[in-house]
Amino acid sequence: MVGKKRVAVIGAGMTKFRRNLKETGKELSYEASKMALDQAGLELSDIKSVVMGTAPDAFDGVHMKGEYLADGAGAWEKPYSRVFVGGGTGVFAVDAGWWHVASGKFDTCLVVGEEKMSSCYPHPAYAFTTIFDQIYSRPLGVTLIWIFALEMHRYMHVHGITKEEIALVSVKNKRNALDHPCAQLGANITVEDVLNSEVLCWPVQRLDISPTSDGAAALVLASEDVAKKLTDDPVWIDGVGWCIDSTYWTNRDLYYPQYVQCAAQMAYKMAGIKNPPKEIDVAEVYDPFDYKELHHMEGLMLARKGQAAKLTAEGVTQRDGDLPINPSGGLLGVGNPIAAAGTMKCCEIFWQLRGEAGKRQVKGDPRTGLAQAWGDLMQYGSVVVMRS
Amino acid sequence: MSEKIKHFPGEELSGRDIREGKIPCIKHRPNVKYLWSAGIAMSRFVEGMKEGKIIGSKCVKCKRIMVPPRAFCEECFRPVDEYAPVKDTGTINTYSVSYVAGDASRIKEPILVAVIDIDGASKGMGILHLLGEISDWKQIKFGMKVKAVWKPSEEREGSITDIKYFKPFEEV
Repeated sequence: MVGKKRVAVIGAGMTKFRRNLKETGKELSYEASKMALDQAGLELSDIKSVVMGTAPDAFDGVHMKGEYLADGAGAWEKPYSRVFVGGGTGVFAVDAGWWHVASGKFDTCLVVGEEKMSSCYPHPAYAFTTIFDQIYSRPLGVTLIWIFALEMHRYMHVHGITKEEIALVSVKNKRNALDHPCAQLGANITVEDVLNSEVLCWPVQRLDISPTSDGAAALVLASEDVAKKLTDDPVWIDGVGWCIDSTYWTNRDLYYPQYVQCAAQMAYKMAGIKNPPKEIDVAEVYDPFDYKELHHMEGLMLARKGQAAKLTAEGVTQRDGDLPINPSGGLLGVGNPIAAAGTMKCCEIFWQLRGEAGKRQVKGDPRTGLAQAWGDLMQYGSVVVMRS
Repeated sequence: MSEKIKHFPGEELSGRDIREGKIPCIKHRPNVKYLWSAGIAMSRFVEGMKEGKIIGSKCVKCKRIMVPPRAFCEECFRPVDEYAPVKDTGTINTYSVSYVAGDASRIKEPILVAVIDIDGASKGMGILHLLGEISDWKQIKFGMKVKAVWKPSEEREGSITDIKYFKPFEEV
């Protein structure tokens, strides 16, 4: 076993994801944390450490955002850290929570992912432009959507994948989200709807993209001895992985996310997984854009390079397929409050492995699940493998 | 979301109510400005721009010629050995056609953007830049050769924008 203690997830919670929520980030964090504690049957006094995941300070305009949010995450007078690795934050926060408990240092850890993008008004796009290199990129007027469009186009070109094949991901995830009570953009749409939607930055069209959102999600982690006292149904964190590539994103071939593969290999090795598509029963794969789900399935070795679109077209990734991907509805359907979205994916795997996902429950009796997030300048991967 | 949970926190606001001032909100625009030193390696690069040259850096250990130049090789983790110009031509690695400006507003005349693998640098060493002198974007192809179009020397100011854009060109 890696770590001194085996680590379980024993509770999860989340708020609605919406374009504008009335609650502050601190209030959203409180709601998700409280729900996760209630589900775990714990009081705040039972929590020995807290990890907060939240993305750039520039979204909120509060340049000590971790500290600002601390009360909402129940961190008052507790060991507390805020982690941030761009879009990878929401899953990486769970990786960080894992080492708090696995090290033997803390019996419990509350992990919270929060984002309130609506505060950057009228649109967070400008805040995103400050992630780019100030010397050789920003003077060109670069915006976030450019790099996705450039990566998507390269991926399509190298493998000969069509827009129609990619649009199937958006159709699937938005439909899955109709069964998620917190979802922002559940909808029945068609491939034609995606292809007829506004062209933003070719090949990216409006319905290829997840929305900007407000929201929070939380998980309670506990050591094996604590977990077994509290529940007959713990979900174990059996694998964690994270990896970064350099910020020189124009110096690597964008068709394949090597850093995601590296993070996945770390998690698979720890979990003893040798054949990911056979051994993973359900996965929440990072999908801020529809092509990213395919790109990441390949990076996670759930599909061979260039084959994820084929699996999608065959229905393998549907909720009733052999390898359900994003049964929650993903970022495309549930919404994309950056760090909260990644943590939501970990919550979904917890609920799926517990058999609590209701209308979203995948078929059979899933025992092994994976959540993954991705971020920064086409350079970061974070992975969690859970087992029931 | 668990089927055991019946109450879903989060009170949605309408964008219209926010715009019309019907919701208690506080506005603030910070006046924050920056001035960055270009650094050891990129100072060479922006000075090269003024002279109409793209400067790369070379690590003799891994033999990579890197653009943009670095002061240290991030793979070998040692100082680079030399700075030298690479060519101002290259190949389109990937491209996009943007109808969106930096503030997410829409623009009529699209901006053509590309990652251009620079000739004379190691394989796959690309830079982000704009494409120009293309009447119909459908003429753009993966693998197409392009060449930098420089501002007149008196207008150059030591910036990546001293290259106006890259245009298609035929190799002779």
